[in-house]
Amino acid sequence: MSLLAMSFFRNALLASLLASITCGIIGTYIVSRRIVFISGGITHASFGGIGMGYYMGFDPILGAVLFGIFSALGIEFFTKKADLREDSAIAMLWALGMALGIIFIFLTPGYAPNLMSYLFGNILTVSLADLIFLTILTLVIATFFILFYRMILFISFDEEYALTNNTPVRLFNMILICLVSLTIVLNIRVVGIILVMSLLTIPQAISNLFTRHFHKMIFFSMFFGFVGSLAGLIFSYVYDIPSGAAIIFALVLMYGIVKIFFVIRKAIAN
Amino acid sequence: MPQNLSHKIPLIDIRHLTVGYDENIILTDVSLTIHNSDFIGVIGPNGGGKTTLLKAILGLLKPFRGEVIFHDCMTEGNHHRIGYLPQINNIDRKFPISVSEVVHSGLMSINRIIKKYPKKDLEFAGQLMAQMGIYEIRNKAIGELSGGQIQRALLCRALVNQPKLLVLDEPNTYVDNRFEKELYEKLRKLNEEIAILLVSHDLGTISTYVKSIACVNHSLHYHPGNKITPELMEAYECPIQIITHGNIPHTVLHQHEQ
Repeated sequence: MSLLAMSFFRNALLASLLASITCGIIGTYIVSRRIVFISGGITHASFGGIGMGYYMGFDPILGAVLFGIFSALGIEFFTKKADLREDSAIAMLWALGMALGIIFIFLTPGYAPNLMSYLFGNILTVSLADLIFLTILTLVIATFFILFYRMILFISFDEEYALTNNTPVRLFNMILICLVSLTIVLNIRVVGIILVMSLLTIPQAISNLFTRHFHKMIFFSMFFGFVGSLAGLIFSYVYDIPSGAAIIFALVLMYGIVKIFFVIRKAIAN
Repeated sequence: MPQNLSHKIPLIDIRHLTVGYDENIILTDVSLTIHNSDFIGVIGPNGGGKTTLLKAILGLLKPFRGEVIFHDCMTEGNHHRIGYLPQINNIDRKFPISVSEVVHSGLMSINRIIKKYPKKDLEFAGQLMAQMGIYEIRNKAIGELSGGQIQRALLCRALVNQPKLLVLDEPNTYVDNRFEKELYEKLRKLNEEIAILLVSHDLGTISTYVKSIACVNHSLHYHPGNKITPELMEAYECPIQIITHGNIPHTVLHQHEQ
């Protein structure tokens, strides 16, 4: 196939595979634990870091990592200590991050290259460095979830009970929210800030139609995430449309098809 | 192991406990000793501090003043030998987790975070599930179960670590009558070996099954018997119209007429 021969396409394939694995695991965690809104806050707050990267002249993704992790820990801090309602704290960080990003980019002299690719993603331009970071993250997340699977499931299901068993709940919450931040930020290169949440939730929504088990949801999500990314890539190549949007469109389409299949099957069974 | 029930061994001493959330004091100067063979019913008005008392015992809330002392037999490794059945509406019923995963989560402790659970513990978990009639559905997700079945799974989780004290927070909400009766019979049986602390709105049940009553209304009044009469309530400053508020007042009359 001529597509495979092109190195940028091979990179894109590898990027979709890594994105599907990381988002399959982390997405299942955030969906099960109902922290999708927190994750949305972290995602948008990280835009501040991207702006800072442009302004101060370092890799915008590095800035996004910093902002992502600080906002994650900030949400934990503000809701626990400052007596602020959690959703209000998230909304504030969400908007503050975007505002800072816009201010930084406005202050940066000249044109901000690739800005659109941070907002909407461009899987066809992922660099070797991006792929290396994504690979490391994939290994870290997979190892962490394999080693501590029971503990993660336990805390996510009933944090209060885990506390009564005197297990290190706070430590695990911190590590997990940092992994959530890193997953979001590194996948920004693939689908962009605006669309990354969908890579963390749509494959899980499709999986949830098939299974109600945590570990199965992870594997199903990886599978559907990868199929969706692949289909999106091909759409994007054939019709020459932005890859991030094409991937999300493919995922939602897949959800629709599977859902209709289940509705029809149920109707026939009745 | 058979115990000499006439011989009371103290498990937990609550001494002059003042506790609450953030700056709000909910309970003031509460003292109570829980013994090995106790079956204590905790009653009181909503917002009176029943759940707060449980949380203080479970270590989920730090005392503002006073202390909760655990006797040696209550401690194993770094955790207390308490089983806890939370209110069922604290549980996310759509969470993707199976019955056996819920039950096994009760075996978790700090030095088992990576290590496999011992085989005998897993076997015990299986026996418990069989006793509670949920062994056949152990691989089902909790989202597919009825309220009573979830309660059974949660009760197995609370018992799987072989606690010395079982703490239950209103186990009779959202369950069918059949399971409720079964549950209380089960508790009576369990009480032959372990202590039970039961929060309930259901005064009728309380006085049928429990051995003593703790009335919690910002303070705690302990009554070493299980008869509930309006006179008693008044004497212990537990306004009965508030206790029965929103519930089934006829259970109180039922007891009164007996």
